[in-house]
Amino acid sequence: MAVIAFLEIEGGELKKSSQEVAAYASALAKQVGEEGVGVVAEDVSSVPSFGLSKVVKVSSCTDAKACAEALAKIAEEQSASLVVLPHSTFAESVSAILSIKLEASAVTNVIGFPETAGSFVVKKGIYSGKAFTKVTLNGAKKVLTLKKNSFGVGEAGADLTVEANGATGSADSRITVTGEEKAQGDILLPEADLVVSAGRGLKGPENWGMVEDLAKVLGAATACSKPVSDADWRPHHEHVGQTGVKISPNLYIAIGISGSIQHLAGVSSSKTIVVINTDPEAPFFKAADYGIIGDAFEVVPRLVEALK
Amino acid sequence: MKILVCITHVPDTTSKISFSGDALNKDGLQFIIGPYDDYALARAIELKEQHGGTVTVLNVGTAETDQIIRKALAIGADDAVRIDAEPTGSFFVAKQIAEYAKDKGFDLILMGRESIDFNGGLVHGMVGELLGLPVVTPVMRMDVDGGKAKMEKEIDGGKQQVEAELPLVAGCQEPIAEWKIPSMRGIMSARSKPLEVIPPVGVDTKVAFSAFEEPAPRKGCTFVDAGNEKELVDLLRNEAKVI
Ligand SMILES: Cc1cc2nc3c(=O)[nH]c(=O)nc-3n(C[C@H](O)[C@H](O)[C@H](O)COP(=O)(O)OP(=O)(O)OC[C@H]3O[C@@H](n4cnc5c(N)ncnc54)[C@H](O)[C@@H]3O)c2cc1C
Ligand SMILES: Nc1ncnc2c1ncn2[C@@H]1O[C@H](COP(=O)(O)O)[C@@H](O)[C@H]1O
Repeated sequence: MAVIAFLEIEGGELKKSSQEVAAYASALAKQVGEEGVGVVAEDVSSVPSFGLSKVVKVSSCTDAKACAEALAKIAEEQSASLVVLPHSTFAESVSAILSIKLEASAVTNVIGFPETAGSFVVKKGIYSGKAFTKVTLNGAKKVLTLKKNSFGVGEAGADLTVEANGATGSADSRITVTGEEKAQGDILLPEADLVVSAGRGLKGPENWGMVEDLAKVLGAATACSKPVSDADWRPHHEHVGQTGVKISPNLYIAIGISGSIQHLAGVSSSKTIVVINTDPEAPFFKAADYGIIGDAFEVVPRLVEALK
Repeated sequence: MKILVCITHVPDTTSKISFSGDALNKDGLQFIIGPYDDYALARAIELKEQHGGTVTVLNVGTAETDQIIRKALAIGADDAVRIDAEPTGSFFVAKQIAEYAKDKGFDLILMGRESIDFNGGLVHGMVGELLGLPVVTPVMRMDVDGGKAKMEKEIDGGKQQVEAELPLVAGCQEPIAEWKIPSMRGIMSARSKPLEVIPPVGVDTKVAFSAFEEPAPRKGCTFVDAGNEKELVDLLRNEAKVI
């Protein structure tokens, strides 16, 4: 019996969200007296264990369908009752297909550890972060995706050598990838612990230099409000909110963003929120932990200096 | 081209969410077509204008959703189906959609990237798998050319261009199209467009929701004077301990 953790690798390392998945799966495995087994798709020779007892590499996982097939085979081989995945765009697609293959109960964006006495109950955000609910997973098998920064990573533990596993899946031959554009070297927004975000208060794309400077001194990712990405001032994948990326970093700095309810929905589970806005009545201050009432064009450069 | 668009019935994005016991407090709430579903619908109508064919909208829901289904018809869908059941989880909904669509010969089944009430992001993947169709999500652009759809989809930290054979299932998001507003003529004609209500198939829901709660309020905002940014840095380091 096993709990399976699907782990994503970026630049040869376990992504932060996957470290959390490993820690979560192994803690859960321990609680129910099973083994925590990690599954990776990329070529890596070893990964920190985070309490897992082994990590296997599937030989083919090039798209969501292939990955779901390979994971289903491993889940069967290990008689796994539970598969935990990070809540990335890719893993979300995998989880949907996998849940049908395993005839499992599925729930995405889980926060915190499940209650396992009697039935298996997890908490998740609903209404895009405006509320929470408890979900009982009735199926004998379960698939869940874990919201970033909702469990913690704990001790990295000793490195585990990644074992080869023959499980394969076949990619969907009806879909052809013809091109790809990926931000290079930047910190991925959904993975970031620190996020600097700006809105229409910045007036135009030419003023983003200071936002990038601030992000750079902090080692933060950059984000923006919806009108900013709609106007193409910033790339679409930076847009956070109810209809954008939902994030839960340790620190969210909002510059020149009014704090509409749709914006707040995507960022309100950030641990600490800082708001910089000229308008003392901006609704964002009501959702903030720290605020500066002032002109971003003066405050942000001074903040960058203060951080150096 | 035959297009199916699956729409959700959700509170307006400006709504404050509260609960009475274990049910959503619907007093004063305005319900809308899910914003992502609305993008899917808008693109479906544009594709129909380009290529001909029909757009059918589908909702799994109770009679209270008829109002947003009529709106979708007013925006330009040709006909509608409501599967008469409380949507009690992603698998339940996916199974209803798959059962309905399996022998109808749809070329495209368009959905939203996710529903903004339960935020599952699962139904498109499940429907694709149940029907054995390719699934592409979240799709930001879509054009149809012959038997193929050319799409741009979001990936973590960027985007990808893909081509897929029809029929296919897609989860949509902006900027695939601009939301459409019903015209007066659309509203008039919507009244006479067909809305078929059909019973659900029996399905094991596999999940149960309970115990709704609202997020804990924040402790309040500590203000730092402009010019005193050093103090903010100090608070972030030593009080919040986030940098
Ligand atoms: C269905 C729907 C879904 C939506 N989803 C989202 C979503 O997911 N995410 C999202 O962000 N929005 C979303 N919106 C849009 C949302 O309603 C707001 O319009 C948007 O969030 C406002 O963006 P903003 O705060 O950047 O701009 P504004 O509201 O224009 O605010 C600009 C702020 O900058 C301040 N400012 C001006 N000059 C300065 C200066 N020099 N220094 C400092 N501050 C300054 C102003 O006081 C103001 O508070 C959605 C809307 C709809 C209808
Ligand atoms: N009750 C429903 N009726 C019709 N379509 C739905 C329903 N629930 C979800 N969908 C579709 O599936 C998409 C993804 O929903 P979800 O998996 O719940 O986030 C939505 O954007 C809709 O297009």
